[in-house]
Amino acid sequence: MPFLSLKFNLQKRVKLAQGLWMLYWLAVIVGIILFSLGIFFKIELRKRSEIMDNNESHLVPNLLILVGMLSCGLNAFGGKLCHDSLDPQKFSKMKPMLRPYMLLCCGFNVLLLLLVLLSFLMQFAVYLTLAEGLKNAIRFYKDTDTPGRCFMKRTLDMTQIEFRCCGNNNFRDWFEVQWISNRYLDMSNDVVKDRVLSNVEGKYLMDSVPFSCCNPGSPRPCIQHHLTNNSAHYDYDHRTEELNIWNRGCRQAVFSYYSGIMNSIGALLIFTIVLEVRLRPHCRSQSVTCVLKGTELDSQTTVTYRNHFALPFFFWNFILFPLRLIAVSMQQKRKQWREIHILLVEKQELL
Amino acid sequence: MAVLKVKFTKTRRDKLAQILWILNWISVVTGVILFSLGLFLKVELKKREELMAEKDIQYVPNMLIAVGLIACIINFLGGKICYDCVDSTKFLRWKLIMLPYIVCTFFFTLCVLVGALMCYSMHWELEEALNLGLMQAMRFYKDTDMPGRCFLKHTVDTLQIQFQCCGNSGYKDWFQIQWISNRYLDMSKKEVIDRLRSNVEGKYLMDGVPFSCCNIDSPRPCIQQQITNNSAHFNYEHQTEDQNLWMKGCRQALLEYYTHIMQSIGLTVLITWLFELSVLTGVRYLQTSLENMLRQGDPDSESDGWLLENSFMETARTNLSIIKSLGKSNQINTANNGDPNIDVPSTSKAHYGPDNVPPKEKMETS
Repeated sequence: MPFLSLKFNLQKRVKLAQGLWMLYWLAVIVGIILFSLGIFFKIELRKRSEIMDNNESHLVPNLLILVGMLSCGLNAFGGKLCHDSLDPQKFSKMKPMLRPYMLLCCGFNVLLLLLVLLSFLMQFAVYLTLAEGLKNAIRFYKDTDTPGRCFMKRTLDMTQIEFRCCGNNNFRDWFEVQWISNRYLDMSNDVVKDRVLSNVEGKYLMDSVPFSCCNPGSPRPCIQHHLTNNSAHYDYDHRTEELNIWNRGCRQAVFSYYSGIMNSIGALLIFTIVLEVRLRPHCRSQSVTCVLKGTELDSQTTVTYRNHFALPFFFWNFILFPLRLIAVSMQQKRKQWREIHILLVEKQELL
Repeated sequence: MAVLKVKFTKTRRDKLAQILWILNWISVVTGVILFSLGLFLKVELKKREELMAEKDIQYVPNMLIAVGLIACIINFLGGKICYDCVDSTKFLRWKLIMLPYIVCTFFFTLCVLVGALMCYSMHWELEEALNLGLMQAMRFYKDTDMPGRCFLKHTVDTLQIQFQCCGNSGYKDWFQIQWISNRYLDMSKKEVIDRLRSNVEGKYLMDGVPFSCCNIDSPRPCIQQQITNNSAHFNYEHQTEDQNLWMKGCRQALLEYYTHIMQSIGLTVLITWLFELSVLTGVRYLQTSLENMLRQGDPDSESDGWLLENSFMETARTNLSIIKSLGKSNQINTANNGDPNIDVPSTSKAHYGPDNVPPKEKMETS
């Protein structure tokens, strides 16, 4: 029983084919955008891998690159398929590739869904990696003579300047670590000795921050040292002073940057899924047209959508379509077996 | 004697017209590129106009923008003309406009060349402007409470961080000005009063620099105060220390940045000029060959194309005499002895056709 049968003459079919061809090329462009976004994200993660302990997961950008390339390839092929479906000769050559192509597209859509989920869930992993990485970065800030960590100072200074932040949670993180190397401390000085001996671990702690925490928008020259000591500076109250150094913590600042990138990736992927899902049934109907009434190109032909629109596209595409394929193939197999059985019975009767 | 005469068959003429059509469209694209380069330069100069003294350097980007726009229009018109030149009937439409168009385009290409040369000459004016501007900016660094100057501190700090530079020529420029406002100086302290009294102008000078001069590549935490005092810091020798602060002066850093932009733009404009000149040459050949074809009367014949009909000197002479005679149109022709009262009739006679034309036959009408 045909469901939602529509009449398509040649003009309408040509217009449908053209529209679909444009949509397919739009999908290819979206695939290219996904690919370049994946590369951009990978580069951004690499740039700041030092403050993430070189421990960051590259799963999302790698998958994104793969998805971008697959999308380009599948959609370019789909566009060619749609373009050729108007010509029955070309289409008969393509016909055997149709079924595996639709299966591949289903798998691709599942991958896209997975990637959307990942791009929203992996933000937690990025947050945790950042927290751990920044803690270590602050600890190793002074080790500019240790190989493997000698650029930590430069990276952290650049991060604090670029993202306008100070410390891990806030600037007080700098009060808890020794960020001046012992090479530059005069151990013969009493003041220095007192400070070093004043705590259990023998660290030279002070209420100062590095210069990269300074806010250039402050009306007064930057106060880096003796931050909590109001009497050390003229007309200074550390409780009310907000413009002197950056108040934000670097974990928050860097995380909001990465989370912005990942959210845009997720949004673009959702758009891609919607685009892909819209394209499949239309092209299938186009190709079904040619299969059913291939030779009567000029006359009016009826396209029967059978069960294609019986359920929502989404559900159909992801779950029912492969199931239907299996059901149809099983039905055909059963038919074949029945025919063989009938033949055998007839043979026996003859004998 | 024609200058650079070339023979053109019909197919060659058509091909020339088609190629010129495409080249004109490419020139439109280059015109758009010129326009956007001019816009980019204007934006870059405006971004840092606080640091430049009041010198008129905006004429360079304005010229580029104008040249870009005019190039688009001229080449669009040229493309239309060349497209129509393939068909000799359509060429008649454009016949009268083509020569003035070519002359205008020739003068326009001169403008493009002047624009390219201006890009390179801007260097010296920019250096002057930056020198004065940076000096002023550093002097008003402390005036964050004065309207109109309250963002200079932020501008100078972000400039020094971004361009990795310190001061005008070097970091010692900061030693000669007071960059800490009196609002943040404790006048009751003896050291402050001593320092203020130690120089004629009563300025609080010290051998310290703002935090934005700090070099991020330095292995040790930044030393901003008492830079020239070796004993104030452990294991520090200010004569040999070159990684503590940025060593480059901001004038040099900005100049390098802008010179780099200007050189790229200048090169692009020169290439555009050469391209325009070649397109103009092609259009001139097309015009002369089509006119000669019309003179011969046969659209399929071979015709000559040239740059100038006569030699360069003769053309210059005829043009000069035309320009001279333009001014003399109102004057009376005088006799040989110079007496204006004797009328000398003009020598050119008007032709009203032959005198003995037979009357027309009126048999059918009557």
